[in-house]
Amino acid sequence: MDEFKCEIKTSNSKSGPGDAGRTGSWRVERPVIDLSKCTPAKRQKDSCYLCWLYCPDGVISKELEPKIDLEYCKGCGICAQECPTGAIKMVEETSLIEEERKNDEKN
Amino acid sequence: MKKIESGNVAAALGVKLAKVQVVAAYPITPQTPLTEKLSELIEGDELKAEYITVESEHSALAVCIGAASAGARAFTATSANGLLYMSEQVHWAAGARLPLVMCVVNRGVGAPWTVWNDHQDSISQRDAGWIQIYVNDHQEIIDTVIKAFRLAEAVSIPVMVCYDGYYLSHTYMPFDVPDEQKVDTFLPEYQYKHTLDPQNPENLNTVTMPFARPDRDGVTQPGYMDIRHNLHEELGTAIPVFEQIDAAYKEAFGRGGKPIMSDYRCEGADYIVVSMGSLANRIKDVVDELNDEGVKVGVLSLHLYRPFPREQIIAALENAKGVIVIEKALSYGNEGALFGDIKAALYPCEKRPFVHNYIIGLGGREIKQADLYDSIKASCTASENFEDVSRWIGLNR
Repeated sequence: MDEFKCEIKTSNSKSGPGDAGRTGSWRVERPVIDLSKCTPAKRQKDSCYLCWLYCPDGVISKELEPKIDLEYCKGCGICAQECPTGAIKMVEETSLIEEERKNDEKN
Repeated sequence: MKKIESGNVAAALGVKLAKVQVVAAYPITPQTPLTEKLSELIEGDELKAEYITVESEHSALAVCIGAASAGARAFTATSANGLLYMSEQVHWAAGARLPLVMCVVNRGVGAPWTVWNDHQDSISQRDAGWIQIYVNDHQEIIDTVIKAFRLAEAVSIPVMVCYDGYYLSHTYMPFDVPDEQKVDTFLPEYQYKHTLDPQNPENLNTVTMPFARPDRDGVTQPGYMDIRHNLHEELGTAIPVFEQIDAAYKEAFGRGGKPIMSDYRCEGADYIVVSMGSLANRIKDVVDELNDEGVKVGVLSLHLYRPFPREQIIAALENAKGVIVIEKALSYGNEGALFGDIKAALYPCEKRPFVHNYIIGLGGREIKQADLYDSIKASCTASENFEDVSRWIGLNR
């Protein structure tokens, strides 16, 4: 009789990128890392990683040269705000897209 | 074991027998003695549960939602404005499909303030996705609380057990307290398959999109509308499941058999009065009186109000000449809530009985036997041009 017995009947997800679909298209500004100022990249050893720690979407990798997964980064700018050396700048997506288009045309 | 106690204590003893693990409730008249009894039982180690004190009804239900999500059997209770204060969480608990049980000790809703009984509080929450059961006496309170846990856990939908403030909550009646060991067999320890687990963290009730979409592992997950459709469909399946659970209860304890609605002198009756809660019991006397005078009238006490048992309603009423709905709640600006539901259920019937509506006893306004007698008799002897409106009985008294 109790055939329904308490299976999950609502939405659920494991934490991590992709939880709400490909949210990269939500972005207005893109975080761009200047590796010459980024602490782990500059020292070539595991350190700082405040951007990785603070990213609410978990899309920044914990590598000597941190990478941002732009498929999912919503462009909130918290990483840029938290970076102690000011290595991350928020850049208008529209200007980057124009630049990319010009590069494509050249190629 | 027989006991003479209040309806609130009957509910508390049912909760104790159900071996709940978490109780979170905020006192409100006329529910207060129920929560007081539960805190006393927990304090005295008679019920091994956590009693979590909270600052509001919203938090009370939020605590129960958290507890149930972590796999605990949880209970709360409230009345009137307390129920409305937790309303956001009431909808949430149903959408989250948590098998909670809540007693609603029915009381009129402010403003203006009233602490006395009517059904407006729980009726106003009828569209939240909970199962709603209205009971008629103390025996039904304790039995239904126990059955409600099994029902909630079987279909993963929360259940409100609604009983009248004062008429039932504060009056004393004899009732039988079911045997503990038999209840343990009827309602085994709660095993929730899907619970929050610190070793395997996840989000429950995460944001959904208007469309179904793949999750991070590429598996298509249902969207909001699909999840809500599932709740609606499974509410419907709760009707036969409740019947089966009631049958199992009857086998174990010898009581039950009419979980959806109980009828009194309805067989072959020309007219059927429909009502809910303790009022349905009072109407039995009036029905007896009218039958003595030769009016063939019965009373149908509707227990299961949501999901609405449409088929059973049709079967019970379609052959009557007339149906008289007497209720203590309404959809303001329209008509009696139960009245509207019953008319809609009867609409497809070929030979539709007339349906009349009486609104009575709001905010505890005295209901006299003569009110019931006069109203029912007026409908049973009504001519064809009896106006189809909700009639308010007992104004300016």
